[in-house]
Amino acid sequence: MIPEAVTIEKIYQWLEEVKDPEIPVLSLVDLGVITNVFIEEKVKIEMTPTFVGCPAIDYMKNDIIDTLRKHGQEAEVEVTFRKPWSSDLISEKGKIALKKYGLAPPPDRKLFTDLEILENAECPRCNQTNTELKNPFGPTLCRAIYYCNDCKEAFEQFKPV
Amino acid sequence: MNHEAIKELLYKMADDQLILGHRNSEWTGFGPLLEEDIAFSSMAQDKIGHSLALYTILHELGEQDPDTIAFTRNADQFHNTVFTELPNAEYDFSLIRHFLYDTSEALRFEILSQSSFEPLAQLAIKVRGELRYHTMHANTWIKQLGSATEESISKLQKSLEYALPYALGLFEPSLYESKLINEKVFEGEKALEEKWKKKVEEVIAQTQLQLPNWKTLTPHYGGRIGKHSEHLQPLLDEMSEVLRIDPTAEW
Ligand SMILES: [Zn+2]
Repeated sequence: MIPEAVTIEKIYQWLEEVKDPEIPVLSLVDLGVITNVFIEEKVKIEMTPTFVGCPAIDYMKNDIIDTLRKHGQEAEVEVTFRKPWSSDLISEKGKIALKKYGLAPPPDRKLFTDLEILENAECPRCNQTNTELKNPFGPTLCRAIYYCNDCKEAFEQFKPV
Repeated sequence: MNHEAIKELLYKMADDQLILGHRNSEWTGFGPLLEEDIAFSSMAQDKIGHSLALYTILHELGEQDPDTIAFTRNADQFHNTVFTELPNAEYDFSLIRHFLYDTSEALRFEILSQSSFEPLAQLAIKVRGELRYHTMHANTWIKQLGSATEESISKLQKSLEYALPYALGLFEPSLYESKLINEKVFEGEKALEEKWKKKVEEVIAQTQLQLPNWKTLTPHYGGRIGKHSEHLQPLLDEMSEVLRIDPTAEW
């Protein structure tokens, strides 16, 4: 049974409380991995991983179920690739949160067509692009490592994909 | 739609990803540079994730659950190429294999993003974006080391010549080629092989490495029908060790 007051907006509001386990300032909604919410006989939520091999997906799924349960709402969560994730799905609010956290947000995917020229990222400390790509692979699947020639320090970028 | 043909395609792709993912993970802690250590570990995680996603589609088509498929078959039930099961050897061989394999994998998923088999097309659209980082990584290092010192060039050249016949085994035709092509599931191994050769030629041309004449090479076939080298079974034993000791372990 769905109590009358439960709306899709309400569900999204509750989902704001569920954070990316690796980036606790970013909600799953802002990360863009919640691809659909619908209310039929049950509340159903569709989600999709940032990277196919993301080890946190089961954790996130259970976190969604637990959080909604705290609000007295049972939900079913399906992990699907029907609407594949891309870094463009991170919200503007999410990008600001990433930067505050010290992670360079991903650039718009339209800005590059060839990854081999993806050399410059904006440093989250000084906002300059005098930077170089050190490693397209970082501590988690979704992060790359850059070096800022002005700050003389390394930083991580949330990879465009 | 012909499910036997689709299953054969999914099995060989998933098994390649799982086995090479495992080989890549063997570089964890042993890479020639910390950066390479991280790169091979990340690519391993991606590949094993891709294999899980492919096994999940197989499960939806009626096969056993992904863990059972991955960890309880014997070597002769695996459909990966011999190429992916060969030991890592030195870094130069691993790098050449990474380049030759990932180039084919990226093209395969690119083709499959148009597949008439919807679940595979959806997955392929997602995976091809991730693979751009793998091919970028491979191409960068091949171009650098393939034009660096006499030693690096000659080492890579030797590995390239050794690896190529095995790499051609990736395109071993299946019994179902015409079914897959007719039903627009997949363009077929032959078409993929041609695209792959072009891409390999394009990258190698930017180095001081030499490609032998394709006509002089004999592809190493057999893996797709379960004929493997002596290297696969020990790898499988190691991979399934946790499961055999404690089938209920969570990890
Ligand atoms: Zn800076």
